[in-house]
Amino acid sequence: MSTAPALTLRREAEVLAAPLPPLLVAAQQLAASVQMGGHGRRRAGAGDEFWQFRAAAAGDTARAIDWRRSARSDAQYVREREWQAAQSVFFWVDAAASMRFSGAATRPAKAARARLLALALAVLMVRAGERVGLLAPPAPPRPGRAQLLRLATLLAEADAAGDYGAPEVAGLAPQGRAVLISDFLGDLGAVEAALAAAAQRGVTGVLVQVLDPDEEAFPYDGRVIFESMGGSLRHETRAAGDLRARYLARLAERRDRLARLAQAAGWQFGTHHSGQPATAALLWAYAALERGR
Amino acid sequence: MGALGAIGFSAPWLLAGLAALPVLWFILRAVPPAPLMRRFPGVALLLGLADRETQAERTPWWLLLLRVAALAAVIVGFAGPVLNPAQMAAGGGPLLVVMDASWAQAGHWARAQDRAARALDEARAAGRAAAVLALTDLPGGRLVFAPAGAVAEALPGLAPRGWEPGEADWRALLPEGAFETLWLSDGLARAPRAGLLAALGARGAVRVVQPSGAVLALGAPLLLDGALRVPVLASGAAEPVEVVARGPDPAGIERDLARISAMPGAEAVFDLPPELRNRITRFEIAGLRSAGAVALTDDSLKRRKVALIASSTAREGLELLAPTHYLRQALEPSAEILEGTPEDMLLAAPDVVILADVAQVAEPEKLADWVAKGGLLIRFAGPRLAAGLTGADDPLLPVRLRTGGREVGGTMSWGAPRTLAPFAPDGPFAGLVVPGDVSVRAQVLAEPAPDLAKHTIAALDDGTPLITRARLGEGWVVLFHVSANAEWSSLPLSGLFVQMLERLAVSTRPAADTSTELAGATWVAERVLDGFGVQRAAGELAGVAGEVLAARALGPTLPPGIYAAGERRVALNVVAPGRALMAAEWPADVAVESGTEAPSALPLKGALLAAALALLLADVLASLAVSGRLRGARVAAVLLALALLVPAAPPARAEMDPARAMTVAGGVALAYVPSGDAGVDRIAAAGLLGLSQVLYARTSVEPGPPLALDLETDDLALFTFIYWPVTAGSQAPSPAAYARINRYLRGGGMILFDTRDADFAGFGSATPEGRRLQALAAPLDIPPLEPIPRDHVLTRAFYLVQDFPGRFTGQAVWVEAAPPDAELAEGMPFRNLNDGVTPVVIGGNDWASAWAVDDRGVPLMAVGRGQTGERQREIAYRFGVNLIMHVLTGNYKSDQVHVPALLERLGQ
Repeated sequence: MSTAPALTLRREAEVLAAPLPPLLVAAQQLAASVQMGGHGRRRAGAGDEFWQFRAAAAGDTARAIDWRRSARSDAQYVREREWQAAQSVFFWVDAAASMRFSGAATRPAKAARARLLALALAVLMVRAGERVGLLAPPAPPRPGRAQLLRLATLLAEADAAGDYGAPEVAGLAPQGRAVLISDFLGDLGAVEAALAAAAQRGVTGVLVQVLDPDEEAFPYDGRVIFESMGGSLRHETRAAGDLRARYLARLAERRDRLARLAQAAGWQFGTHHSGQPATAALLWAYAALERGR
Repeated sequence: MGALGAIGFSAPWLLAGLAALPVLWFILRAVPPAPLMRRFPGVALLLGLADRETQAERTPWWLLLLRVAALAAVIVGFAGPVLNPAQMAAGGGPLLVVMDASWAQAGHWARAQDRAARALDEARAAGRAAAVLALTDLPGGRLVFAPAGAVAEALPGLAPRGWEPGEADWRALLPEGAFETLWLSDGLARAPRAGLLAALGARGAVRVVQPSGAVLALGAPLLLDGALRVPVLASGAAEPVEVVARGPDPAGIERDLARISAMPGAEAVFDLPPELRNRITRFEIAGLRSAGAVALTDDSLKRRKVALIASSTAREGLELLAPTHYLRQALEPSAEILEGTPEDMLLAAPDVVILADVAQVAEPEKLADWVAKGGLLIRFAGPRLAAGLTGADDPLLPVRLRTGGREVGGTMSWGAPRTLAPFAPDGPFAGLVVPGDVSVRAQVLAEPAPDLAKHTIAALDDGTPLITRARLGEGWVVLFHVSANAEWSSLPLSGLFVQMLERLAVSTRPAADTSTELAGATWVAERVLDGFGVQRAAGELAGVAGEVLAARALGPTLPPGIYAAGERRVALNVVAPGRALMAAEWPADVAVESGTEAPSALPLKGALLAAALALLLADVLASLAVSGRLRGARVAAVLLALALLVPAAPPARAEMDPARAMTVAGGVALAYVPSGDAGVDRIAAAGLLGLSQVLYARTSVEPGPPLALDLETDDLALFTFIYWPVTAGSQAPSPAAYARINRYLRGGGMILFDTRDADFAGFGSATPEGRRLQALAAPLDIPPLEPIPRDHVLTRAFYLVQDFPGRFTGQAVWVEAAPPDAELAEGMPFRNLNDGVTPVVIGGNDWASAWAVDDRGVPLMAVGRGQTGERQREIAYRFGVNLIMHVLTGNYKSDQVHVPALLERLGQ
């Protein structure tokens, strides 16, 4: 009897599972800080919660008539319930090389923060009864805690080639919701195209830009060769401090453009810095998802 | 060696490297500071942004200057710059290095040797032959030249001598042919110089190196008017010097006995008590290593203590007939005279006891003992001695004497008065001239015996012994067969009398007329001085005749030092009495290099390389700053590292506050060691206050207010008694404090350790306090302990107590164990126990709580119950009183074992 293959399998599985519990636990903890309210569709439909009584119209079956209410008056009333159909929420977390940046050892990489945010939002959504799924790597939306575990696995191992990621919207179901988390430092054309495609399918959602404080402040001086994380881009300067104002102007311009894009498509756009606690960003994203409903 | 003014270079060709500096300048200018690689996702936003400034493309000029300066410092440093290089004209032919090598050169011998080594080094570099001639240590034959390297190797073997160069046949001694001479002079003028200079000048150029400072020396010490005067000689103007008198202290350890500052050319006057003065063995100039700076002392400076004892019934008014009159006259200028009874005299530890016409001494055994330990007893005959003679053997007489005596040349006798026979050449009086007018009219006679001749050291012309002497133990007994006054002979009236006393080492003469004094004896060197003024054992130096010694011709056969003949000691000092030191003058045609110690060559290599290193460090910082890598935290880190390089000042030593020390030393101080627990400390203070009040009321001990002890700073020696309450959390003192506590315990202090736990834990285990106590006491020097035995002195130091309660009672209290050989004395209720105070008392009865009172004297803590409790408190106080009494009086009560013996003695 050979145990070697089993041992190998198990070791690989453990390596694979290693980042999962912390990520999931962190996401659960983050999500626990958000109090859940009622979460209906605000219109009549299939559901558990009472929505309204309305006068019975032709075509209503006799079973639909609420006899208790009808007995108090001459007309017949039908009891309607609030529509509580679950919605699909799609997440896309940029896993490109640029997300691996961290300006200081004390700060998490942007990708880690982005994954945490996404998973925490997913936890909240699952708790609210929604179905959650991933756009890349593709994971069809499903409800339940088991899906969380799957998402966590996929997020932890997600890795994209290239310096800058482009949003993946191919898997979007119509009328769904989408959460796109990235630093949006790459080509904005891809974002624009993705938003257009999403809008065509009636999908609204949230754009969360995760930036490192160093990217926001540009605290560099002297002679520096800047290189992108993947090494594909490179820029040499002899006085980095001199570039600061122009860099910040470009960053602001890009953010402004993103905001306008989002507004045009009916999306929400927000920026989060990895130097700050994740809770604020989570609350904002959650509220933004609620608002857009 | 290349030279540029005051700076020379040992490798000047390296300076050519300085020419490369401009090249370096251009290279450095062309290369911008190395860029920093930085990963940055935001680079996408930077693309296309052009630098506005182009300044940083090139290294800033000041950074360039810094680097070039650093490199220049390195180049110049390795070129071996030397400030004030030794100048030596590179002549041709062999080089002769002449060194005076006298005591006057010993003071700067290292520099002279250095100078010679340098000259030889240069000679070797130039391939010249060389030779070294030390004038105090002349070679046996003609000097030959050898390769300079080999000569330089022999140089460290040369040492200055304690004498000065003398005349010699220079023609036979100096090497053949022409040569150049470097003469390292000691700076003193002396006659033989001229001859040697002429001989050297005939062979080639002479170059003289002479120290610029004056030569200092000490003259012969003189005892005048009871003060020691040491002349300080100098060959020129000099700063005041410190003259040190050295000698053994009472324990026999050589140390400074006195120090006096004196101007060169003047005298250092030491006014010292005779005890101190007699111990001085040498004077020296502090800090000067030269035989000339040392003046050895000999007998002439010692005033010996002479006890003059005459028979008690002096005849009034007959001053000139008193038996001690002439003795006193002879001894007074040169000796301390003590007069009184023999018993008193012996207590004053005299060197000599003179009994003038004393027949019987009260305690002859004591006197004999004193003589046997090395004393000198001189007796004079006289009517009483003659009358008291019994013919019996007296140990205090060198020979047996016949009863009665003889008279010659008197009115009732036939013969003429006798004169003295010449002294035997081997006796102590050898060489003394017998004056013709000394006559003897009466004397006591020795019983004929086989060894009479051996004992006789002076005789009359008819052969009868006049002075006899015999050894007694390590001392001598000498008998003058005549009286000490002029009744029996005219000897005391003559100068010979004084000389004889001197020879017998009774007295010493202040200003010794050396030639006659020294003549006639062979003197053996005991200790000799080397050129540096260090005393060494003489070894196997041959003895010298007194005449040679008197001539003072110092040399290899007659080094300076202490010479001895019999009991006499003579110091032969380097500087002859009356000598004046003069600076050497050289003819105008001789090149004189002023001073071997003049600005000494100072190599600058190290300083320059250090400067280069500092510049490079600055360059590192500047480069970082220019390339933007020096930011916030890093600057702080660099500054912090620099700050750490600066050595921290040593912490100030904690000292006891003088005012507190005064208070503590002013009385009996009871103190406690703070435990760190405020409640325990308060009770400890209150307890000691209660005990103090009881002591004050009941005993003669009047303690001051209790004090909290600071083990780290307080001087423990000032504290009588220390109470140390131990809690489980007591802080251990520092190692230094432990050392002080151990010293305190060894010095008779006492510590009462109180665990305050009544030892609740019982058998086989310890309470937390007990364990803490073990940890605290581990580093202390605590002797073996035992529970207080019933006959310990603590049980009766003041009160009779057998129990030692505090708030708790019944637990064993531990003290130093009795010695294993303690025995129960006959008829005594207690043993003769420890001699001394037990250093520690250890218990757990919480005494402080039982003693504690508040400001009004009301007990603070309840003890026991009702009357029994009050009784227990009383016993606790009694224990405290006993404890303090034990500290203060030690084993006084233990001495009662001796009471029967004392009573017995009183009964007599």
